[in-house]
Amino acid sequence: MTVALEGASGRLYVGRYHERTARGVVLHDLAVHDPATQTTARGEWIARLRKFGIPVEQRTSMIPTDEAGSVTRFTEYQLD
Amino acid sequence: MPYDERLVAPMRAELTRFGVKELRTVAEVDAVLGDPEGLQLVFVNSVCGCAAGSARPGLALALQHATRPAAVYSVFAGQDLEATARARSYFADYQPSSPSLALLQDGEVVFFLHRHQIEGRGPEQIAGELKGAFDQFCAAV
Repeated sequence: MTVALEGASGRLYVGRYHERTARGVVLHDLAVHDPATQTTARGEWIARLRKFGIPVEQRTSMIPTDEAGSVTRFTEYQLD
Repeated sequence: MPYDERLVAPMRAELTRFGVKELRTVAEVDAVLGDPEGLQLVFVNSVCGCAAGSARPGLALALQHATRPAAVYSVFAGQDLEATARARSYFADYQPSSPSLALLQDGEVVFFLHRHQIEGRGPEQIAGELKGAFDQFCAAV
């Protein structure tokens, strides 16, 4: 299932959910929006992913527990 | 590494029995997508159970709709590697995922269904979305 995971850092992770462990949430084939480094606004970034698909930046990543916030199906994810 | 063909054969047949033509070589892909004319549907098949298990029957249901593209093709990701890569080159603006589906009008993508739009949905829901696209873009056949 492809999800959007909100990071405590402000990053947004979009990828295939694998599992939640004591150490964090494991995602596969993910793209990351980091407002600290990206000039593209989050809404525009999400719209692009919805239309053109998810550009894989990392094959597998564990988002640490203290970073991993809410997890939502990507198709249902809405910006606040 | 491709799966054993004995495992995959039923997944191919699930589509070919509804008139979907499999493209298994680069030459076969180029023969139909290299000279685009009219509406062409390309389904990127997959062994992925969670999504392809609904996508194939969803497409099969949609192909029984009154309006549908006359040209319906499939390539098999992870199996027919070169043919799949070549097919994807015809809709290269779209990130590769499988299963997925592209509807092309004269070579231009007019509708695309990504894996993330297939996951968690049943065949009827997928068929409903495809029928909507067929109604929008296809003349009755």
